[in-house]
Amino acid sequence: MYFKDTIAAISTAVGEGGIGIVRVSGAEAISIVDQIFKAYAKPKQNLKEVAAYTAHYGHIIEPEIEQVVDEVICLVMKAPKTYTQEDIVEIHCHGGSVPLRKILSLVLDMGARLAEPGEFSKRAFLNGRIDLSQAEAIMDVITSKTEAGLQVAMDQLEGGLSKQIEDIRSKLLTLLANLEASIDFPEDEIEGFSFAEVEERLSEVLESVEDLLATSKKGRIIKEGIQTAIVGRPNVGKSSLLNALLRENRAIVTEIPGTTRDVIEEVINIQGIPLKIMDTAGIREAEDEVEKIGVARSQKFLQKADLVLLVLDANLGVTEEDREVMDLAADKDTIVVLNKIDLESNLDVETLKKELATERVIEVSATEEIGINDLEELISELVFAGQVEANDQTLVTSLRHQEALEAAYEYLLTVQETLAQDLPADFLTIDLKAALEELGKITGDTVGEDIIDQIFADFCLGK
Amino acid sequence: MKEYDVIVVGAGHAGAEAALAAARLGGDTLALTVDLDNIALMACNPAIGGPAKSQIVREIDALGGEMAKNIDRSFIQLRMLNTGKGPAVRSLRAQADKKSYSLNMKRVLEEEENLNIRQGIVTELLVGDGVVKGVKLKTGIEFYGKKIILTTGTFLKGSIIIGDHSFNSGPHHQFPANALSEHLEELGFELRRFKTGTSPRVDKRTIDFSQLIKQPGSEGDISFSFTELSSTQLKEQVPCWLVRTNEKTHQIIRDNIDLSPLYAGDIEGEGPRYCPSIEDKVMKYPEKERHQIFVEPEGEYIFEMYLSGFSTCLPESIQVKMLHSLPGFEEAKIIRPGYAIEYDCVNPLQLKPTLETKVIKGLYTAGQINGTSGYEEAGAQGLIAGINAMRQLQGEEAVILKRSEAYIGVLIDDLVTKGTNEPYRMLTSRAEYRLVLRQDNADLRLTPLGYQLGLITEKRYQKFKAKKEAIEQEKQRLKNYKIYPEDEVQSYLRKVDSTEISRDDTLGRLLRRPELNYEKLAGLDKERADLAPEVIKQVEIQLKYEGYIKKQLKQIEKKKELEEQQIPEEIDYEQIEGLSAEALEKLKKVEPISVGQASRIAGVTPADISLLVVYLQKLKREVTKENQHE
Ligand SMILES: Cc1cc2nc3c(=O)[nH]c(=O)nc-3n(C[C@H](O)[C@H](O)[C@H](O)COP(=O)(O)OP(=O)(O)OC[C@H]3O[C@@H](n4cnc5c(N)ncnc54)[C@H](O)[C@@H]3O)c2cc1C
Ligand SMILES: Nc1nc2c(ncn2[C@@H]2O[C@H](COP(=O)(O)OP(=O)(O)OP(=O)(O)O)[C@@H](O)[C@H]2O)c(=O)[nH]1
Ligand SMILES: [Mg+2]
Repeated sequence: MYFKDTIAAISTAVGEGGIGIVRVSGAEAISIVDQIFKAYAKPKQNLKEVAAYTAHYGHIIEPEIEQVVDEVICLVMKAPKTYTQEDIVEIHCHGGSVPLRKILSLVLDMGARLAEPGEFSKRAFLNGRIDLSQAEAIMDVITSKTEAGLQVAMDQLEGGLSKQIEDIRSKLLTLLANLEASIDFPEDEIEGFSFAEVEERLSEVLESVEDLLATSKKGRIIKEGIQTAIVGRPNVGKSSLLNALLRENRAIVTEIPGTTRDVIEEVINIQGIPLKIMDTAGIREAEDEVEKIGVARSQKFLQKADLVLLVLDANLGVTEEDREVMDLAADKDTIVVLNKIDLESNLDVETLKKELATERVIEVSATEEIGINDLEELISELVFAGQVEANDQTLVTSLRHQEALEAAYEYLLTVQETLAQDLPADFLTIDLKAALEELGKITGDTVGEDIIDQIFADFCLGK
Repeated sequence: MKEYDVIVVGAGHAGAEAALAAARLGGDTLALTVDLDNIALMACNPAIGGPAKSQIVREIDALGGEMAKNIDRSFIQLRMLNTGKGPAVRSLRAQADKKSYSLNMKRVLEEEENLNIRQGIVTELLVGDGVVKGVKLKTGIEFYGKKIILTTGTFLKGSIIIGDHSFNSGPHHQFPANALSEHLEELGFELRRFKTGTSPRVDKRTIDFSQLIKQPGSEGDISFSFTELSSTQLKEQVPCWLVRTNEKTHQIIRDNIDLSPLYAGDIEGEGPRYCPSIEDKVMKYPEKERHQIFVEPEGEYIFEMYLSGFSTCLPESIQVKMLHSLPGFEEAKIIRPGYAIEYDCVNPLQLKPTLETKVIKGLYTAGQINGTSGYEEAGAQGLIAGINAMRQLQGEEAVILKRSEAYIGVLIDDLVTKGTNEPYRMLTSRAEYRLVLRQDNADLRLTPLGYQLGLITEKRYQKFKAKKEAIEQEKQRLKNYKIYPEDEVQSYLRKVDSTEISRDDTLGRLLRRPELNYEKLAGLDKERADLAPEVIKQVEIQLKYEGYIKKQLKQIEKKKELEEQQIPEEIDYEQIEGLSAEALEKLKKVEPISVGQASRIAGVTPADISLLVVYLQKLKREVTKENQHE
């Protein structure tokens, strides 16, 4: 067999279809799933002993707390007659990204590695399953998916995560360079860190990693978008705001109130944060059946949203209809957008802030594109400060990043142990380097030259 | 017409090893040098070893090279460095008697059976059909050879600079090699200009040593070579001395910095970061109030002292002033001024991992010409080039050491995969698996290969095997040796400042405790045999750090698959769809021999590697298919 490790991934696209599949392939596939699967009929049954090509109905259990995650069917297939020519287990569950991702992360906890884009097909090919003509197609998949994946990763990185990881990396590099410099230049008078200092710096870094892990677990490093609803009474400029944020004319804009009849959905990227943004029909007592349905849907979307952009017309001031919408949005994370400030304003921002008990008021002009950047800034701040969170849990972390971060964390804990054992400096460097390498998987850096550069940047060395 | 098997151009540290290796492998070998009185000349520090370098020296020894033995013959002081930082980074350094080192090496070359040495300056390579055929000397005479190894050090268009004086010269005012440099460029080599420097030498009798700090050598039976323990042959080690610069020194430098060719822009060559001139140290680190200078004897019987850390190319008159500002040097006399030297070297990306050039078949380069710096780095490359030239001649597989096997592997892989923009020096931090690349286990790592190549004698190999066996046996014995929480055991443990055991244990596990060592366990060990110290040392290190060593071995294992996957020489990267433009360009330039090597090229991403792997597999299958059709 070509590969040694076992890989896993969600093999139906998230959100599509009713049933989700987590696919596990590799020598350990069956034993890994066995640890978290309990067959309904025969709870004691060991998956390793079942016949190939059989389906098993039962539960996925989170072993530590013995809690049922989902009801599933496990398909067990044995090498070599499988797609990858390795043992494969497919866990079919109810779909929805929550159980899917939960199951995937359990499988990873049990020792599988997250598959690279296209890796199942790659294995299938390398293990001799797919024939030559298909190879080109697979390469396409690998490049396109990797590129898309990279793009997503980059987008996320721009949004602040990158800064935090860079920060951690640079602290670790400083630490490592300090140890390395005194190893490679024992006769230079280097003011090296004492072990106590190393310990202190290390726990500082550990704390940051912990924080980051905590937030990434909550799902703040977002992949699928924050549900954002633009709401307001008719004609305040909701569609215009959407267009301004999209920087294109997506929604129809007219001076007639009630132009937008149904919800328009778009995905935009604000400073690295994907937003699934919805322009809704203006909320008011509807004048006709179609509008009525639209209004009802608006209200529904408003309730589902993670973030609400409540639009007011600064020129007209706050009306009774506005107040009704405000009431509807009362318990949501809301940004109040005062639109049309290019016209004469009949609203006092400070009074409004007091009345609504919020600081989150932004003045914009959708048509003149004034204040749009401030709005974006505020949105990204709210998300990264954790004030806005996904409530429907479709927002999940980038598992790959989390995996790397967790691995780095483990290595750093080992460094701590090594410190506690009072072993010589060289032993600290082994796991420090390994941790840096894991972080590099997120930022795309390698350790080799970086550490050499750091040594010479930090110290005057050599004779 | 006589045709040599191998002609080595140069008899410096690289050339000496290359010539010896070729001759010892049965090659009819000729070594040419600018100056027969300067074989293996230490142009700079009169010292060999130190971190990462001592590891290399011992690797050279395990592969049957000469450097370790020669420094064992010629040292005047030994120091063990990094004793408290872990076994992997512990390293030996020796001060050499510079002249003895050179003479001893010359003698070894002279005595080598298949080796001829001769003075002469090579101006041209004889090349036909892209294959090297021989060399032409300045005097017009030609020598023919099947393989040529260039080890010209800092001689190519060498130019010495002192203040505003500069002149064409090799190191230590030997003849430079100008014509050859131009010729190489014509042949298609990308030459680059690097720079290095050296410090003034001072008459020992003019130094007041009472103001210096004495640096004695380390005690104990230590040597570089695994073959003989030789430190006892020295009656008394010669001390080195330490002195520090002060504000006055720095002021002189600052006042005259515009006279430094480094700062006046007269030097274009790229210098090494780890070997800064004193003016660089002062200007770049203004907050540092003093810098260390090590005062090292150049030999046992002469009065010349080397000032390590005081490399400079300021004008001589300023050098004198700077020197006089040092405590104890008020009256000191310079007998040779410090200087900077610029020279041409080739771009190592034009080399294969065998050190054969990609430009001309049968031509190898080794040492400083490849962009490295340091005697040990040069010696290592010379050895490998010598071995591979002969292996190719004999139709044998080339020797390419892995990064997980030897520092030499790291060195050559770095050079041919990443290239270098400054003179490359080995550092332990360049080796990702340094815990397994220790100086103490270099013989365990490489003697079998040395033997297989034919560079290690049968006698030495048998001795090595016995040692290895003794280590394994003793390790097993300690691992199986049970001890129980009995009074006798507990009180002994307390006596040696350790803690009691709570349940049954083994001596092997006890050895892991930081406060215990092999010797301290003697009181618990009733079956102990009398073992050689080097066996005990191995047992101790291997058991004590077993957990960490295993971890590193696992890291190596994880990368093995990539390392072992070969890339055929005739691969056409243009055929791989989806490769990024940068990856394509780099892969074509570097011509990696394995997927592992490809993955280390800067700018080649994991996605590129995925594509490469799939493509290679496709090629393989096409080949099998074709074979089936036939
Ligand atoms: C001024 C100076 C300062 C240095 N400082 C440092 C330092 O601080 N730290 C450090 O690690 N290293 C330093 N070095 C480098 C160290 O000396 C070299 O790395 C090492 O000697 C290189 O070995 P080599 O065998 O490649 O070249 P060399 O030892 O220089 O040997 C070159 C050989 O080639 C021969 N040769 C050259 N051209 C021809 C030709 N055309 N025909 C025939 N024979 C030829 C020469 O005669 C000589 O035998 C310094 C070198 C110099 C010159
Ligand atoms: N002067 C000015 N006019 C604006 C601004 N934003 C929107 N308008 C105008 O206000 C009118 C209504 O804009 P829309 O964007 O269609 O408003 P809406 O809230 O989506 O209306 P519904 O379709 O009823 O939901 C249009 O005539 C816009 O040109 C603004 O910032 N300044
Ligand atoms: Mg609208």
